[in-house]
Amino acid sequence: MLIATSIALFALGLLGVIVRRNVLVMLMCMELMLNGVNLSLVTFAQQQATAAGAVLVLLVFVVAAAEIAIAIPIVLLLVRRKDGLDLDAYAELKG
Amino acid sequence: MIESVLLWLFAATALAAAALMLVLRHPMRVALALTATMISLAGIYALLGVHVIAVFQVLIYVGAVMVFMVYAIMLLDVRDRSFTRRYSRMLVPGVAAAVAFVAILAHALWRGLPEAKSAPGVMLFGLKEFSVTFLNEYWLHFELVSVLLVAAVVAALAVIEVGRKHRG
Repeated sequence: MLIATSIALFALGLLGVIVRRNVLVMLMCMELMLNGVNLSLVTFAQQQATAAGAVLVLLVFVVAAAEIAIAIPIVLLLVRRKDGLDLDAYAELKG
Repeated sequence: MIESVLLWLFAATALAAAALMLVLRHPMRVALALTATMISLAGIYALLGVHVIAVFQVLIYVGAVMVFMVYAIMLLDVRDRSFTRRYSRMLVPGVAAAVAFVAILAHALWRGLPEAKSAPGVMLFGLKEFSVTFLNEYWLHFELVSVLLVAAVVAALAVIEVGRKHRG
């Protein structure tokens, strides 16, 4: 049941990243995806009675904190240049 | 019995708040929905008996990441087209991709999971066992993650510096 919940959380986060227009909302949906993965890791760690999964979850926490610390300044700069959070304004970032 | 009911309740709250994230318009409400999801997940972790992770979920995610997020939202109170039109052009392909993804994972789930060795709620490892395992077996990962954090701090400063130069 918890694995199904984690799959649903990850899928909802993926859907949010693809579908929403607001950049901040997309960042939050990425956090939701990380949370879904964490739930599956904790469930497996608990079921298999090992601490390795919990260690991995802690590392994921740190990675999420680092990600948000980088992403927010980038979004701030983009908003200053483009004056908006809309995705279409950033089309020139395409390679 | 009560644990099982609470587990269902927390899972349902997490899913409902996550679904709400997709339809709400203002980023602040999305942030609050995400916070509700994270707190429900912390409740699930605590019910499973992994108290260390539950504490860190509240401290790091709700306490640090989401506060930072809310701060950024309040700083950037921009009302542009992303408020009137919530969804991008990728709405239909995105929904199709998500449905296909769920179908594939559900198929994998259907074919069987490893047998659970313990019932939920049994306290398997406390803070002591967790810390000993962490710093005995996984010290290299711990160090690598600290390097990653330093790199992130330096990169954030560099990004801000680039912006300052750009404005003159």
